[in-house]
Amino acid sequence: MNFSFNEDILFLKRNVKDFIQTEVEAVAMDIEKEDKIPDRIITMSKELGLFGLSIPEIYGGLGIGMVGKCALYEEIGATHNGYTTLIGAHTGIGTVGIVELGNKKQKEKYLPPMARGERIGAFALTEPSAGSNASNIKTTAVKKGDKYILNGTKHYITNATIADVFTVMAVTDSSKGAKGITSFIVEKDFPGFKVGAVESKMGLKGSQSAEIILEDCEVPEENVLGEVGKGYVNALKILTNGRAGLAARNLGSCQKLLDLSITYTEEREQFGVPIIEHQAVAHMIAEMAVEIEALRSFTYRVAWMVDEGEKVIKEAAMLKLYGSEVYNRVADKAVQVHGGIGYISDYPIERFFRDARITRIYEGTSEIQKNIIAGQLRKEYE
Amino acid sequence: MNIYVLMKRTFDTEEKIVISNGRIEEEGAEFIINPYDEYAIEEAIQLRDEHGGEVTVVTIGSEDAEKQLRTALAMGADKAVLINTEDDVEESDQFTTVKILEAFFDDKEYDLILAGNVAIDQASGQIGPRLAEKLNIPYVTTITNLKIDGDTAHIERDVEGDVEKLDASLPLLVTCQQGLNEPRYPSLPGIMKAKKKPLEELELDDLDLDEDDVEPKTKTIEVFLPPAKEAGKVLEGEIDDQVKELVSLLRNESKVI
Repeated sequence: MNFSFNEDILFLKRNVKDFIQTEVEAVAMDIEKEDKIPDRIITMSKELGLFGLSIPEIYGGLGIGMVGKCALYEEIGATHNGYTTLIGAHTGIGTVGIVELGNKKQKEKYLPPMARGERIGAFALTEPSAGSNASNIKTTAVKKGDKYILNGTKHYITNATIADVFTVMAVTDSSKGAKGITSFIVEKDFPGFKVGAVESKMGLKGSQSAEIILEDCEVPEENVLGEVGKGYVNALKILTNGRAGLAARNLGSCQKLLDLSITYTEEREQFGVPIIEHQAVAHMIAEMAVEIEALRSFTYRVAWMVDEGEKVIKEAAMLKLYGSEVYNRVADKAVQVHGGIGYISDYPIERFFRDARITRIYEGTSEIQKNIIAGQLRKEYE
Repeated sequence: MNIYVLMKRTFDTEEKIVISNGRIEEEGAEFIINPYDEYAIEEAIQLRDEHGGEVTVVTIGSEDAEKQLRTALAMGADKAVLINTEDDVEESDQFTTVKILEAFFDDKEYDLILAGNVAIDQASGQIGPRLAEKLNIPYVTTITNLKIDGDTAHIERDVEGDVEKLDASLPLLVTCQQGLNEPRYPSLPGIMKAKKKPLEELELDDLDLDEDDVEPKTKTIEVFLPPAKEAGKVLEGEIDDQVKELVSLLRNESKVI
């Protein structure tokens, strides 16, 4: 077994780390205060090629495997999570549908501008009545000539306010339940498409989640993504593919918290010694490090399985679950070892603590991951 | 335009310097492109994009310098040359470097050679000017702006905070100062493409040089760290007494007055 990254990946990783820690970290507190990611940072990220992270080379992307993607996501996770989410949602669920399910024409049309970041991607599945029960969506798509007419409301859509291209799930045949759902590529300029209210959130400042409203929205027939009636399966595929990347982002945030915690506990003195010399604190640091190391091994193991073409439904769900739970535990300990300063908004710790909380909810809650894992296990033991 | 950039691999500015056996310990240290050379590379790429031609980045050193050359290629340079002296050169100084570069440029055609103003490690600032002398071409140091118009270069240079404007004719060598440009991060696709760009490796033999030809003209006697900063002294008591004590210390202890 070989656990090392190749030279290319190391080179890319070093470069992304340099950019993230020099440029993005410098404005992390501003992003939090102003709830906006500076245009300069977005432009630089595009020039750097981060928006093409998960797109094949022939369509102008980077063309690296899942191990490579995770290596870069780890670096992107080591800063403000609002920024991480903007990039992660675009390169993950925002583009993966077209990469994995799109036909040649769709790929040629959408992927090159998406790789350059000229067009931002988003994924629209969740509705007021369809969260964990994704098959319960109410948005309809009715065929009329060479078009589909979409009607319905999606909510909590990450990047909705800046996205140009949406992967939208809608019901094409209500008599067939989950098998009556179809995926569509919907552009923001299609007639009948509107972005609705922007949500105010506990965290992830700078990343906007909003409603999208489809009112007789006209979508050309050639924008059906994959097969008609396969939308639910497609959605699960897109989410499964995103899970390793999400865990890698969480891993990066965890590592950042460990770095900050070690630095702080070495400097902060109480009872005449740096607090890391107090066993209670030292043990918390050790526990954080162990969980992070386990997450790291698990992340790259699943990423490697993806690159080997193995089926990873169970492992990806385990990883999504584990990565999110570890991030929350690490963030909690980071607040604890920092004490008062960990609770103060002038320092980044409480921000990570709030931002960690969503990871147990979005892209499939921890509980849904457990259902998937148990379901897969039952199949294995049948 | 045929543009060459002289690049040096240097210690990362954030590295702590450790000396053992009279040498700076390199084991485990991070290395970077000399920051002033980054301005030179960026300027070269911009000029190439504007006027066409080719950018070649040249360095002297060991195989380890390949990493920095790849970074330069990832930024957008077209070719890289590593003059590998690992097996041939034990001791070197500015004479050695200039002698090797002189031999390298002997059969080259060039319109412009860019270098950093100084390298942040040894900071001699000699390589550019001395090479230009050997090549018998004009040179301008510490430039902060450069426009090429036909065979003429319009230059602004930093003179202790003031700006001096001058024109020079090509072929020309310039050394680059902070403020000239904002060096780009190598793009990720650029990094992937850099693998396929040519990186030529030469040794002294290939330049018709012997070890004797490049023997340094200077000798390093000693390498030492600056004295560690000592804790300050806080004077106490009546102001008059403090002043007296201060004057006495300045006179007798630090002997500055």
